[in-house]
Amino acid sequence: MKSTLLKSGIDRLNTIIKIPSFNFPTNPFRFLRKETAENDRSLVLSPFKAMVQKEITDHITNWRFIILFAIITLACLGTLFSTLSDGMKVLVNNNSENNFFFLNLFTKSDGTLPPYFVFVGFLGPLFGISLGFDAISSEQNRGTLSRILAQPVPRDSILNAKFLAGIIVISLMFFTLSFLVMGSGLIAIGIPPTAEEFMRIIVYTILSIVYVSFWLNLSILFSVRFRQPATSALSGIAVWLFFTIFYPMIANLIIKGYEPSQYASPKAIYFYQKLKFYLVQIMPNELFDEITSAILVPSVRSLGPLTMEQMQGAIPSSLPLGQSILLVWPQFTGLIALTLLCFLLSYILFMKREIRSRG
Amino acid sequence: MAEKSIEIIGLTKKYGEYVAVDNLTLSVEKGEIFGLLGPNGAGKSTTILMLLGLTEIDSGSVKVCGIDSSKYPLEVKRKVGYLPEDVGFYTDYTGLQNLMYVARLNNIPIEEAQKTALETLDEVGLTEAKDKKVASYSRGMRQRLGLADVLIKKPKVIILDEPTLGLDPEGVKKFLQLIVDLSRKKGITVLFSSHHLHQVQQLCDRVGIFVKGKLLAEGKISSLAEQLFSKNAHTLEGSVAETEKTSLSMKELAQKMEEMEGVAQVQMHDGRFVITSKKDMSVPVSRLVVNSGYGLHSLSKKEYGLDDIYHQYFQEEKQI
Ligand SMILES: Nc1ncnc2c1ncn2[C@@H]1O[C@H](COP(=O)(O)OP(=O)(O)OP(=O)(O)O)[C@@H](O)[C@H]1O
Ligand SMILES: [Mg+2]
Repeated sequence: MKSTLLKSGIDRLNTIIKIPSFNFPTNPFRFLRKETAENDRSLVLSPFKAMVQKEITDHITNWRFIILFAIITLACLGTLFSTLSDGMKVLVNNNSENNFFFLNLFTKSDGTLPPYFVFVGFLGPLFGISLGFDAISSEQNRGTLSRILAQPVPRDSILNAKFLAGIIVISLMFFTLSFLVMGSGLIAIGIPPTAEEFMRIIVYTILSIVYVSFWLNLSILFSVRFRQPATSALSGIAVWLFFTIFYPMIANLIIKGYEPSQYASPKAIYFYQKLKFYLVQIMPNELFDEITSAILVPSVRSLGPLTMEQMQGAIPSSLPLGQSILLVWPQFTGLIALTLLCFLLSYILFMKREIRSRG
Repeated sequence: MAEKSIEIIGLTKKYGEYVAVDNLTLSVEKGEIFGLLGPNGAGKSTTILMLLGLTEIDSGSVKVCGIDSSKYPLEVKRKVGYLPEDVGFYTDYTGLQNLMYVARLNNIPIEEAQKTALETLDEVGLTEAKDKKVASYSRGMRQRLGLADVLIKKPKVIILDEPTLGLDPEGVKKFLQLIVDLSRKKGITVLFSSHHLHQVQQLCDRVGIFVKGKLLAEGKISSLAEQLFSKNAHTLEGSVAETEKTSLSMKELAQKMEEMEGVAQVQMHDGRFVITSKKDMSVPVSRLVVNSGYGLHSLSKKEYGLDDIYHQYFQEEKQI
């Protein structure tokens, strides 16, 4: 039993990975429209693709998504315009220090509104949670889960479809936003971004998608676990609050306890710094903050504590993109690992579950 | 030996200490309509869930169309159409869209699916409502859509869990007729769970009576009656009236009836009589009545229905 489950899980994963190659929906509403069904007569769509398409349609036509999308877009545009109108001089001044003018659009603001990356870091998790918190429980409560699972689709494909649809929608949104910011910058200032800047923004966008998909997965996990959508949404938000507010406090307490005296040996100080560093490394938001700073600020050369020897001889200049990516590789893997962990737990909870029609 | 569509052997399901299905053995032949009859909480739905691999089996084995459902649930689901009790739909899609979605999950080519969807919607009488959102459907319309949903995949076996709940009498009649027609025409096996005796009686070839996780009796309705009322299974009810030619008094007539071979008991009151007997006595009784110069107003055979069977078994259950 178990081995077949695992096997089907892996098969499904393969399908996910293959997805981009089968020219993904130019129009996700297509299958709902009768007249266009005529056009692709002979088309046999795989059940999994049908599920993903349906989920995407549901997301996009859902008020919840539209409202969130509007909020995030407005927040980002607000920041952008205040930065562009007031802070032109600041930007130009900054520009003299380094050459990454376009990145400043994402990281700097004139102080009235927080910069773009703060919005993404702050609203992204909420977005992920709101896309997934009732993924499975709503199907169960509507009584559609047992109907769908009575069809010849593997049980995990419903989880995979929800997840993949969420990621696609999130990607759509983040790429839209990034290009919107870049485009407005381009229009306002008239200088195109360099290839390096462009690539950095793309990498940043991809990594923020990974970050939000962690929260998406977490909330799907809660939706599998809890029957009540409200409970599941609250749990998601609780985890988010825990990591943004309480965990740093707890970590601080622990770190305080280990604080070495002024005259402690360098080894003790080094240990202290390491501890300080690693304690925050399990926080997804901290991981993402580090990723953001390393990718969007090319002059960031290290994320952890450094010894004097490591610092010696370093030239204070920007890193190339490849090096920045190498720098955040551990953080990136950490995020992926957390995401997979949530996915795994959802699988374990869902695969053996009894599916009654309602409740 | 006929081909078996559903074969359940020694099936057991426990929820903690509670045994929901207890060592159930049952088989349904191809093309047969089988009624699973039992009161609330008997374990009907649980059995059905195990048939489809929607819940884990504690012990025993389940085969549908010769395929083990716990090992290959996907293969089974390809062949089985299942209508859950209290079925749900995506309410902001239309009935047709809901059907098309299921068709796509079954990998039916779009063109074909479109055609079958319209056909099945017609069969269940939802053609007019097909482009309305399911949110606006009534309970019975949803149930019909549920049946369409089962039929669209052209199943070999249909499993219906209390499908007539919420249908109006006319709807029930049509629904049952549709199931019978389908089963007869296309040789589809039907497993039908219900606590409505009369529907089961009308519809099913064979019935299993299911109480507290155990199958108490199983077989054709008539044979169930014989099993149960083995001594005096036949009852005649009738009424007579005196005419000019009457040669016997009522009492004497009753006496004569009682003397007939096979008759166990006669109750006579005001020209109305009830005869219980071992075999069918309608012909000799009517002859006797006429020969004695009485006019026969009415004579009806009372067959034991599921009602009686049901009650009998439940009474037994209570005594245990
Ligand atoms: N998840 C569960 N945990 C514990 N007991 C359960 C669970 N699900 C069902 N049961 C018990 O199993 C028994 C059988 O339930 P089942 O749903 O199969 O009954 P049913 O015959 O379908 O009844 P109904 O006619 O009301 O639908 C019931 O007594 C119920 O209390
Ligand atoms: Mg039930």
